[in-house]
Amino acid sequence: MSDYGPLKFYVPEPAGRPGDEPDFSYLKVPKAGAVRKPDVDVDPKEIKDLATTMIRVLNRDGEAVGEWADPIEDGVVLHGLKSMIRTRAFDERMMTLQRQGKTSFYMKCTGEEAITVGQQLALSPGDMNFPTYRQQGLLLCQDYPLVKMICQILSNAKDPLHGRQLPILYSSKEHGFFTISGNLGTQYVHAVGWAMASAIKGDTKIATAWIGDGSTAENDFHAALVNASVYKPPVVLNVVNNQWAISSFQGLAGGDSATFAERAHGFGIPSLRVDGNDFIAVYNVSRWAVERARRNLGPTMIEWVTYRVAPHSTSDDPSRYRPRKESDAWPLGDPVLRLKNHLIKAGQWSEERHVQAEAEYEEEVRAATKEAESFGVMGQGSTARDIFEDVYKEMPPHLREQRQKLGV
Amino acid sequence: MAEMTMVEAIRDAMDIKMGQDKDVVVFGEDVGYFGGVFRCTAGLQEKYGTNRVFDCPINESGIVGVGIGMAAYGLRPCVEVQFADYIYPAYDQIVSEAARLRYRSAGDFTAPITIRTPCGGGIFGGQTHSQSPEALFTHVAGLKTVIPSNPYDAKGLLISAIEDDDPVIFFEPKRLYNGPFDGHHERPSQSWAGHAWGEVPQGHYTVPIGKAAVRREGQDVTILAYGTMVYVAEAAVNETGIDAEIIDLRSLLPMDIETIETSVNKTGRCMIVHEATLTSGFGAELAAQVQERCFYHLEVPIERVTGWDTPYPHAQEWDYFPGPKRVGKALVAMMEEI
Repeated sequence: MSDYGPLKFYVPEPAGRPGDEPDFSYLKVPKAGAVRKPDVDVDPKEIKDLATTMIRVLNRDGEAVGEWADPIEDGVVLHGLKSMIRTRAFDERMMTLQRQGKTSFYMKCTGEEAITVGQQLALSPGDMNFPTYRQQGLLLCQDYPLVKMICQILSNAKDPLHGRQLPILYSSKEHGFFTISGNLGTQYVHAVGWAMASAIKGDTKIATAWIGDGSTAENDFHAALVNASVYKPPVVLNVVNNQWAISSFQGLAGGDSATFAERAHGFGIPSLRVDGNDFIAVYNVSRWAVERARRNLGPTMIEWVTYRVAPHSTSDDPSRYRPRKESDAWPLGDPVLRLKNHLIKAGQWSEERHVQAEAEYEEEVRAATKEAESFGVMGQGSTARDIFEDVYKEMPPHLREQRQKLGV
Repeated sequence: MAEMTMVEAIRDAMDIKMGQDKDVVVFGEDVGYFGGVFRCTAGLQEKYGTNRVFDCPINESGIVGVGIGMAAYGLRPCVEVQFADYIYPAYDQIVSEAARLRYRSAGDFTAPITIRTPCGGGIFGGQTHSQSPEALFTHVAGLKTVIPSNPYDAKGLLISAIEDDDPVIFFEPKRLYNGPFDGHHERPSQSWAGHAWGEVPQGHYTVPIGKAAVRREGQDVTILAYGTMVYVAEAAVNETGIDAEIIDLRSLLPMDIETIETSVNKTGRCMIVHEATLTSGFGAELAAQVQERCFYHLEVPIERVTGWDTPYPHAQEWDYFPGPKRVGKALVAMMEEI
């Protein structure tokens, strides 16, 4: 007789499925201000606990508390709030555009606005982001023209990417926004390489890498970490844990066994886990990691704990795999509301101004959309000649021949 | 002129480009201190420092991936994948990223990266030290694929590849590193010493990407070959006495279709020889191109002599490798057909 019972195969399941009550008991949320702030040149071994807790600054009353609540230069926080409102207005309008059949596809970042806006404002001109498709806030908090962004979404005559790319896969070197790829995780390694190049050249620019919870399972996540570990380049390694990878909950990416921030420990990379819906925490933690990178102290990983409020994309229906009211039950709340309350408390904002700002950005996006639509919707105005350009620097004979066959 | 092996020519190309352009960086597994498992980077780290030549973790997608990031920054990485058989972990980075960066960003970002990798068999390398995966790269829009057959071309083509603003996959037939090889494994190894193509000019010169070389002029049949097969074809021609025109493609993509077309239209016969497996190999593309362009000049069906559609075996090396006997027999058969 065997000493062993039959082995059992384990497949993790989320706490709630459609019809269930939302359950976030797996998420331990420390009080705002509870987590210490180490010096930027701290020995990574001394801050291992920061990968399993959660850095939070804004408390329930909207006050910024604790060691991470350092003062922020005038105007930054207000710019942050406005950019978040603007990003949300943009997402809403683009969703409508897709529903109207004017574009084929869109992805919102609802609930995650603080992370991109907060980090971008902590960067300097010349730094380079390697974003995923859910970091539109990086562009929207800069001076990137809305009309141009919408033209890309419409694939029209003024699409800066000449109709070659799926909607939302933007590219802007000028705005420190690396060309987005549909292939997940690949750009995480590019960010590390870019940062290595900056170090090789003795530059002062840094790179930021972006990845979602689900994509941390991709091989390139590990390739990026090992290279970051070995060469210690100036890179901020962001993991945006929004709990969901399309229909797969974060446990299916290994998130139930360890936090995503903890993964950096095996590589000797310091890592922090942060309330991603707390703009002040996002900005100040980003500033800390950016400062480390800029001072040649090496890479930092940051896990941003947030929640994907919207469907994965316009082709997705979350009611088929998660509780309907799950986003309402999310313990870290809404990043826009929390920052709004903070600024009202600080006497720098009001309900009236908030409503005004919402209306103003709605109108701005509406006008920009109208202008963009005048250059065509759903691929109108794109030219077939553009199919063959930019495959190579110069068009080789076989492409010239194929272009002639198409008769363009 | 200097007498060089292919290894020395390849090293010289990197040395020259690193000397000329501070943005050229060289890295890969065992490439730095040790100078490469085939000695292709020997002495470069000592000369240029660890900032320019360095060793990497064993992670091919990482090597190519960080190379793409560096290229996006503005460097010109010349990276090494130790064996072409081990390039597959980097395939996503090569196909989805390096090849498409320029296209998908409308020229906003580019990837001027060279990926050097030793390929080919004839060395008892077995399944994972002998493969010829060129067709996996010629199928990818946005890549250039190059394969030299001698020290002169190796240096000139590698300099061209490093200077090229497009990503280049640079295959190095390792069987040719130290001397030409015509498939006669029973004879002593040849060296590049005294060979005409082992004479390599000093300093900078280029061999253009996209241009084939006619190695032997002939009237009766055109043989399209590259890498080690150029010498195999030569041996087969000498042994059969058939007046074949041997074209060394050098660049697989872009392909020098003009040279191919002119030759086949002249000879009326076309044989394609490569080490890689037959089905969907690069020979299929060559055959299709020749069939489309030279149809009315063809006197017999296009013939392909290639590796078998099996993984590369160890013990059966010489039954697998398309040697001069197999090529010669096929040549004779082609000439006997009406």
